[in-house]
Amino acid sequence: MLSLTSSEGKLKAPRSRMTDTNLLTMITIVVFVAMYLYAYFALQQGFTKPQTMLNIISTNAYLIILACGMSLVMITGGIDISVGGVTALVSMSCAVYLDMHGGNVYVAMLLAVGIGLAFGIIQGFLVAYLKIQPFIVTLAGMFFARGLTTIIHTNPFNVENKDFIELKDSRVTLPDFLGSYTRKGRFIPATIELGVVVALIIVAVLFVVLKWTKLGRNFYAVGGNRQSALMLGINTQRTVFVSHVICSLLAGIGGFVYFMHVGSGSPSHATGAEMNAIASAIIGGTMLTGGVGNIIGTLFGVLSLSLIQNIVSSVGLDQAWWTGITIAAMLCIFLVVQSIIIARRKKTNMKLAASKVPKPKEASS
Amino acid sequence: MPNNSKVQPPKAPLWARLTKHQIIIPIAALLALALFNLIADPSFFKITLNETSNGNKVLSGNIISIIDSGSELAILALGMTLVTAASGGQDISVGAAIAISGSVMLRVLCGSDSHSATLQAPIIVALLIACLVSMAFGAFNGALVAFFKIQPMVATLILFTAGRSIAAWINNNELPIVNDESFGYFGNYIPGIPIPTPFLIAIVCFIVTWLFMKFTSISLYVQSVGVNEKTSRLNGLNPEFIKLMTYVLLGLCVAIAAFIKVSRISTINYSVIAKDIEMDAILAVALGGNALSGGKFSMSSSVLGAYVIQFLTTTLYKFEVKATALPAYKAVVVILLVVLSAPTVREKLARLGKKLKKSKPAGQAA
Repeated sequence: MLSLTSSEGKLKAPRSRMTDTNLLTMITIVVFVAMYLYAYFALQQGFTKPQTMLNIISTNAYLIILACGMSLVMITGGIDISVGGVTALVSMSCAVYLDMHGGNVYVAMLLAVGIGLAFGIIQGFLVAYLKIQPFIVTLAGMFFARGLTTIIHTNPFNVENKDFIELKDSRVTLPDFLGSYTRKGRFIPATIELGVVVALIIVAVLFVVLKWTKLGRNFYAVGGNRQSALMLGINTQRTVFVSHVICSLLAGIGGFVYFMHVGSGSPSHATGAEMNAIASAIIGGTMLTGGVGNIIGTLFGVLSLSLIQNIVSSVGLDQAWWTGITIAAMLCIFLVVQSIIIARRKKTNMKLAASKVPKPKEASS
Repeated sequence: MPNNSKVQPPKAPLWARLTKHQIIIPIAALLALALFNLIADPSFFKITLNETSNGNKVLSGNIISIIDSGSELAILALGMTLVTAASGGQDISVGAAIAISGSVMLRVLCGSDSHSATLQAPIIVALLIACLVSMAFGAFNGALVAFFKIQPMVATLILFTAGRSIAAWINNNELPIVNDESFGYFGNYIPGIPIPTPFLIAIVCFIVTWLFMKFTSISLYVQSVGVNEKTSRLNGLNPEFIKLMTYVLLGLCVAIAAFIKVSRISTINYSVIAKDIEMDAILAVALGGNALSGGKFSMSSSVLGAYVIQFLTTTLYKFEVKATALPAYKAVVVILLVVLSAPTVREKLARLGKKLKKSKPAGQAA
């Protein structure tokens, strides 16, 4: 976890110190582990069984995928708030296609990916090449997706396509040591949904892309400082475009994963998913200013967010409003901590830089 | 906004001055919408004098309903413009904040009994307390933005997530109903005045803001902080305080908007009240031609932008678009407007125009 990243076009501390990205990720992971240990030892109930955590992951597999795409856009210095709308649109169109037109499951998957790509290409073009604010473009994208969802079909309904039900109910069985025994001593193997596998593959691929490919480094460079990135010869417009395409593509895939989990179409699906995705990315150490972020952090951001919801409801604060208040409090603490850490680091970095200059010039800013 | 006077050589001084000003964007959009309605159905503009059930004569018609229901948005747009100009970001928590201050207002008015027949406190007291609470939440947002240097959208995400929950918590998830008739005046009509009260409140707010801007240098300070924070600090301003102040002022606008919203129905629904209004308020600022990255701003353009959005909404309702499908059409219009006003697109169009002009005389000479 030590400083592998040193090409972010930023003033760097000596190699032995952690980068901002890694430090923020570490904080998130530590907080998650602490919360889990608290739940395990203090609350017990279901938390001692691995299956409880696996269920939480299964429910939030789609959010992991959305948050990954969101982190990518945020690292590049933009934002995409259309992901929740795309998720709802994908689940509704797949549901209508499978149920009312007797569609094929594989074509439905293509449909999901296609919707994501279409949103990505249009939004990416508007943001990257016409230089319209990403917030406005994706806001319109969200409105459009939500509106289109109700135009396709107004009422929620369950899908009864046979192939799809089979796909929906299929589970991946994990190794025996994660399983548990019922009171009668019957062994229940631990299982996860297919969506989790998809989510983990995406996390792994994005991690590799961000860490070791030229494209990945470009995302950081463009987000860190667009002007310097341009001067280094990076095609900034194309980088921004690609980040939006990937984000919406992931929203399409995430939409299908969500659809596999709920098995129905409804205009009110995934309400507020975009805000949860942004919150997870921030808790995971991605900064909206761009240039700082880590996919592993985002993964733990989603897990922390969903774990705390479960903890809150199991300690007895089960009134609906507590969930919202806890998430907000958590977000607030993380943001303030991040801001303090970054401010302190900037100061020390400046001191370091000043000490290296033979004749220290007066600090003007 | 880059001024487009370079693009269009001034033919008449007034025209040149108008096209130079950013207010041209909402005016053009408004004219386009009005023209569209005029062609599609001229009766859209009909205004009639009707009598309500309690013998009160009021104006009614599509135009009246636009200026009536666009008022909250216009009031929010005032504050949102300031926040956008100073901090280069937007407050996405206004909808949630409206729920909170509406909830506070009802809590004060109804006391502990949620269905009391009489008011437990005068309306003005409830309004003042709601203003204070709302300004405190504004100060919370502002402090995160100004002192902790968190991006505005992220900082306000906190209140966005928690706001409706806090609103429900204040009233213990009950839905208090105000039974006093005079409370409803502020969201509907005052007996004897045929114009909807929300519009009058919006006008008062606008005039107060205008005078405030006219006789203080706030507007200049806000602009300079938005354009360059470091330079304005070197010039002796306190950027943190000015940012904080804009958020507190937005809090005040939120409280007034909440007052109208709650008064309209004399009760509150925490999850539905002012839903998506933050998006509309930001759109109003963008439609007004204000740069969302901060700097120069024009209040009147934003207010006009707010009414354009309401005009669009009412027009779509007129064509029997379902309320749930409304966002899709809105999105298309917004994208069209934003694309047309994007600097790169404008430059390209201008270049195209110049080419056409050049090629014409050349063709004639040949």
